[in-house]
Amino acid sequence: MTGSPPQPRPGYPDSDALVRVEDLRMYFPITRGLILSRHIGDIKAVDGVSFVIRRGETLGLVGESGCGKTTAGRAVIRLYQPTSGKVTFEGQDLGGLSGAALRQMRRRMQMIFQDPYASLNPRMTIGSILAEPLVVHRVVPSQQIRERVEELLSVVGLNPYFASRYPHEFSGGQRQRIGIARALSVEPSFIVCDEPISALDVSIQAQIINLLVKLQAELGLTYLFIAHDLAVVRHISTRIAVMYLGKIVELADRNQLYENPLHPYTQALLSAVPIPDPALEVQRTRIVLTGDVPSPANPPPGCRFNTRCPVAVPQCYQEEPPFGDLGQDHWAACWRLVS
Amino acid sequence: MPPLLDVRDIRTEFVTHDGVVRAVNGVSLHVDAGETLGIVGESGSGKSVSMLSVMRLIPQPPGRIVSGQVLFRGEDLLSLDDEATRRIRGTQIGMVFQDPMTFLNPVLTIGRQITETLEEHLGLDKSQARERALELLELVGIPVAHGRLDDYPHQFSGGMRQRAMIAMALCCNPSLLIADEPTTALDVTIQAQIIELVKRLRRDTGMAVIWITHDLGIIAGLADRVNVMYAGYVVETARVEELYANPRHPYTQGLLGSLPRLDARERRELASIGGVPPDMVNLPAGCPFAPRCAYGVDRCAEENPTLRPVAGDDHRIACWRDISSKGKAL
Repeated sequence: MTGSPPQPRPGYPDSDALVRVEDLRMYFPITRGLILSRHIGDIKAVDGVSFVIRRGETLGLVGESGCGKTTAGRAVIRLYQPTSGKVTFEGQDLGGLSGAALRQMRRRMQMIFQDPYASLNPRMTIGSILAEPLVVHRVVPSQQIRERVEELLSVVGLNPYFASRYPHEFSGGQRQRIGIARALSVEPSFIVCDEPISALDVSIQAQIINLLVKLQAELGLTYLFIAHDLAVVRHISTRIAVMYLGKIVELADRNQLYENPLHPYTQALLSAVPIPDPALEVQRTRIVLTGDVPSPANPPPGCRFNTRCPVAVPQCYQEEPPFGDLGQDHWAACWRLVS
Repeated sequence: MPPLLDVRDIRTEFVTHDGVVRAVNGVSLHVDAGETLGIVGESGSGKSVSMLSVMRLIPQPPGRIVSGQVLFRGEDLLSLDDEATRRIRGTQIGMVFQDPMTFLNPVLTIGRQITETLEEHLGLDKSQARERALELLELVGIPVAHGRLDDYPHQFSGGMRQRAMIAMALCCNPSLLIADEPTTALDVTIQAQIIELVKRLRRDTGMAVIWITHDLGIIAGLADRVNVMYAGYVVETARVEELYANPRHPYTQGLLGSLPRLDARERRELASIGGVPPDMVNLPAGCPFAPRCAYGVDRCAEENPTLRPVAGDDHRIACWRDISSKGKAL
C-alpha cells in the first residue's frame, strides 16, 4: 500500500510511459442567472485521476454514463483545458503549451469519436475531410496529398475511389472507418478512441474492432480506449481502468481485472454484464446494485460509491479511500482492501 | 393447447420517398402462456416493427400491414375494430419501449398516468386506483413510492422511468408483456436491475414475455426460445441452449462469432460479417443474407429459402444449406 489519504497519487516510475496523467481534475461550472450569471457550483466530471499509458499498449477506460470517462479522455489530449492536474506526453507537460507548440503536439495525439454521423462535416467530400489535417499539419507536400488520401482509405479498408463522395453516402461502419483514417492521417502515436463502436450494429462492431487491433500492430499505436461495453474492453485492452463518479476505482491488467476484481463496484459491474452462453448464465450470481449514480455536482462525502456499496463500513462514509497498488500492478481505491 | 399468441405470416411495409420499405416480410411466431421468446436482430431487421404490427401500433399511413393474422387466445387482433383492440392492449398485453420519455406524458404525474389506465380499463374509482398505483410502483422497486406518485417523468432517472413504464404495462395483469429493447438506453448495472425485475415479475405472475433486443447476451439468460431476424425475416429459431450451442444459420453463427466475450482470456480475432445489411427498399431476389454469406451457392441468389426444421421441430433455419457450427456443410 502506498500513501495516506486523501491524496491518491500513483506516481510509480514507468520508463515506458507515453502519457502520464497526475491528479487530473475537470470541473464544469454551474451558473444561475442570465445577465449577472453567478457561479453556484461545479459539475465535478473528473475529480482527481492519475494513471499512465505505456507505449504500445491499449488502456481501456470503462464506466457507466456520466462517470467522466469521455471528459477524462478529452482533457488528456487538451480538448479541454483541465481545471487542475498535469498531463505529460512523451515527457512534455501539455499544460504549459499553447498556440503553435500545442498544435505541433496535436499531430501526435488524435481522437476517434463516438458518433460517425456527427463527426464528419456533411458538406465536405471524404477526400477533403482527409486532406484537411494533411494541409494544416503540412504532413506531405501538396502534390502528394491526393495520393496520401487514397492510401489512407485503403489502409482502413475503403475503396480509394470513395474520396469524391460525401459522408451521407456511407453507412455507419464506413463512416467510422473514415474517422479512423482521419485520425491516422497525421501519423499520430497516440489515439483516444471514444466509444468508437457504440453507435454501430453488432455485425459491424467486430469489423471496426479488428481494424483497430490490426492498425495498432502495424503502426505501433498507443490507444486510450473509452467504452461502456466491458466485453469489448476486455477484448481490446492491455490494462483497464474502471471509473465511477469522476474517480478511477480500480486499474489492473485485463485478465487480472476480470478474473480477480477487487473493488466492489468492479465486481458488481462485471457480474451485471450478460454473457452470450445460456448454460453459463444460469450458474452466474448477479450482484445487483441498488439505486442510481449520485450527481457529480454533489458527490457523497467519503468514498463516492458508498451510497450503493453492498459492503460499506463506517469509515467509507467519512474518508475518501486512497488509490493504491495492492501488488502485481493492481490498483484500487477501497477501505475494505486497506489492511 | 393453442399458443397464447400465434402470429401468422405478417407483412408490413412503409411507403417513403425512396420507395416501399419492406420492413417485415412474412413473420410467423408463437408464444405459449408463461413462456419467454427472445427476438434478436440488428437495427432494421424488423424486430420492432413486427411486434408493433402485432399490437396494431403501426402509424398508417405511411405504414401498412399488408397481410397476416395475429391470433391472441384464438382471436385475430388484426380483424378487430379500434375499440376492441384498445381493450386488449390495455388489459391483456402490456408493452414496454426503449425510450420511456417518448412514451410517458411529460405534463402528467407518474401517478396520474397509471391511475388513468386503471380507471379506464378496470373501472376503479380514484382512491382505489391511487392505492393500486402505489402498489405497482412498489412492485417494480421504486424506493419511497408514496413520495414519487406525484412526481413528473422528468424528475425520475432513466432506470426509474423504465420501472414506471413497466408498472404501467403491468397495471391490468397482462398475460403477455412485449418488451422492445427496454434496457438499451440504460447503464449495465441498471440494466441488471430491470432484467432481475422482469424475471421476478414473470415468476410471480406467470406472464409470457417477448423480449426484443440486439444483445445476444441478455437473451442467453432470459429467454426460453429465440428468433433471429434479418431483413424482415426470421432466419433461425430454436430453444435458447440449442441456438447458442449449435447455431445453424450462417448469420446467427456470424453474430455469435463477432461478439467479444467477457470471459475470454485470450484475444482472438473476431469473426466479422463482411458487408452491410441490405437496403430494405431493394431487397435481393434470393436470400437476403446471400450477399454477405460465406457459404452461398447459386440457388441462394435466386430463391429465398423459408424456415425448415433441421434438428427436431423446434430448431428451424431459413437456409438452403445446412452449416454446422463448425463451419462445414452437412
